[in-house]
Amino acid sequence: MSVNEAAGTRPRNEAVPGAEPIIVVDSVSKSFGPLQVLHGVSLEIERGTMVAIVGRSGSGKSTLLRCINALEEINGGTIKVCGHMVSMSDRASVKRLRSEVGMVFQSYNLFPHLNVLRNITLALTAVQKKSRADADAIAHKVLGLVGLADKAEAFPEQLSGGQAQRVAIARSLALSPKVLLFDEVTSALDPELTGEVLKVMEDLARDGMTMVLVTHEMAFARRVADIVVFMHQGKVWEAGPPAELFADPKTPELRQFLSSGL
Amino acid sequence: MITFSSTHLIYLIEAARWTLLLSVLAFIGGGILGLVLALGRVSEHKPLRWLSAAYIQIIQGTPLLVVLFLSYFGLSILGLDIPPIAAAGLSLTLYTSAFLGEIWRGCILSVPKTQWEASNCIGLSRAQQYRYVILPQAARIAIPPTVGFMVQIIKNTSITSIIGFVELARAGQIVNNSTFQPFITFVFVAIIYFAMCYPLSLASRHFERKLNVGK
Ligand SMILES: Nc1ncnc2c1ncn2[C@@H]1O[C@H](COP(=O)(O)OP(=O)(O)O)[C@@H](O)[C@H]1O
Ligand SMILES: [Mg+2]
Repeated sequence: MSVNEAAGTRPRNEAVPGAEPIIVVDSVSKSFGPLQVLHGVSLEIERGTMVAIVGRSGSGKSTLLRCINALEEINGGTIKVCGHMVSMSDRASVKRLRSEVGMVFQSYNLFPHLNVLRNITLALTAVQKKSRADADAIAHKVLGLVGLADKAEAFPEQLSGGQAQRVAIARSLALSPKVLLFDEVTSALDPELTGEVLKVMEDLARDGMTMVLVTHEMAFARRVADIVVFMHQGKVWEAGPPAELFADPKTPELRQFLSSGL
Repeated sequence: MITFSSTHLIYLIEAARWTLLLSVLAFIGGGILGLVLALGRVSEHKPLRWLSAAYIQIIQGTPLLVVLFLSYFGLSILGLDIPPIAAAGLSLTLYTSAFLGEIWRGCILSVPKTQWEASNCIGLSRAQQYRYVILPQAARIAIPPTVGFMVQIIKNTSITSIIGFVELARAGQIVNNSTFQPFITFVFVAIIYFAMCYPLSLASRHFERKLNVGK
């Protein structure tokens, strides 16, 4: 702990003892046609922690996030979020999940025909049935959090990649999710723009937001994540606090992955 | 011998009102039904997809002339005596909807899948996704081909002359039959068609610019 603080990182969040993990992935398998992508993945994510999933491209990281967020139907096992079973075919379950989980994508996926403010307020008014005034107030607040208070009237195409991604994060935040999922949110950005996005994520972590991120930013994962999960060929190969995981990989696969400089 | 005069011109312009009325009927009827068909084509429900696809195939595979005969003579043989304007409006609606349905389906499908996902993840229902996210983006893509097709429809309304409408093209023939001045007659006919089609192109460009603000 003192080492982390000396290095200027936040103190690691401690899981609340006895509390149920906010996400429980149990023996999940997933296939696309004949291609099995997830082979019995199990993972628990504690409230208020940041979990970074790392691994080679194609190892099933995105698929796992998408299964957690009911964007893909799983073929076996179970996923529980906030104590509720996730099932894509159960409308009520998906609806509840949408109110609990936010997701940010690599390609931002802002709505190009709406300005920044409207991108953020759309679900507040349409889904949460808030008044336009309340929604606008929330939007301005979250834009402030991501450092874009002056961009409310801009359209997505007028933003840099880093700004667009921060708006996407603000759009998720506005809905006050209990968990945020990030899928390689800095991978499409120019290197000089990744910092501003990572900084927003670090701020969120410090404020206790539960976050699961798939990332290639090893230094960031090492410094900020509470738990790092290494996925390989559709399985969780190793998981643990970054200091341990990076210093002492148990498997040759992780050792090789770390030394390949990804 | 009668020469082409302002009387003939006024006659042509008056006939053009039929062209205009029939076109407007086609746009409104065909537009509404076309949207339903486009949504049917991309629906999650297989029977709906199948029904709208079948409808579009059948209508697109049938000449407008035949659709018109069927609605006018066909229905009257069945004992349904419908006035020519209803028969013409009906056939143009059926015809237009099949084409607009297919054009718009393509436009809806060309909105990236990621827009569906992003709007799904923030909790929008399927209807809300269409209303706030997908259709506004599809509309922008749809403008040029839709206007292109509308221009075709304006010209295609001339086919209703066979069930008795004296619309612009038919009126041109009638004037020519009495004046024997085909060149000047049909130059005026062409100018009037142009005067109806050109504003559509202008409006199209205007809307494209307006909708491109956010693009
Ligand atoms: N929709 C899909 N259809 C078919 N195969 C897919 C689909 N999505 C992902 N895959 C395959 O699943 C595997 C894992 O993909 P993914 O989860 O995206 O990996 P990662 O995010 O770790 O790079 C890859 O082989 C990929 O080609
Ligand atoms: Mg991925």
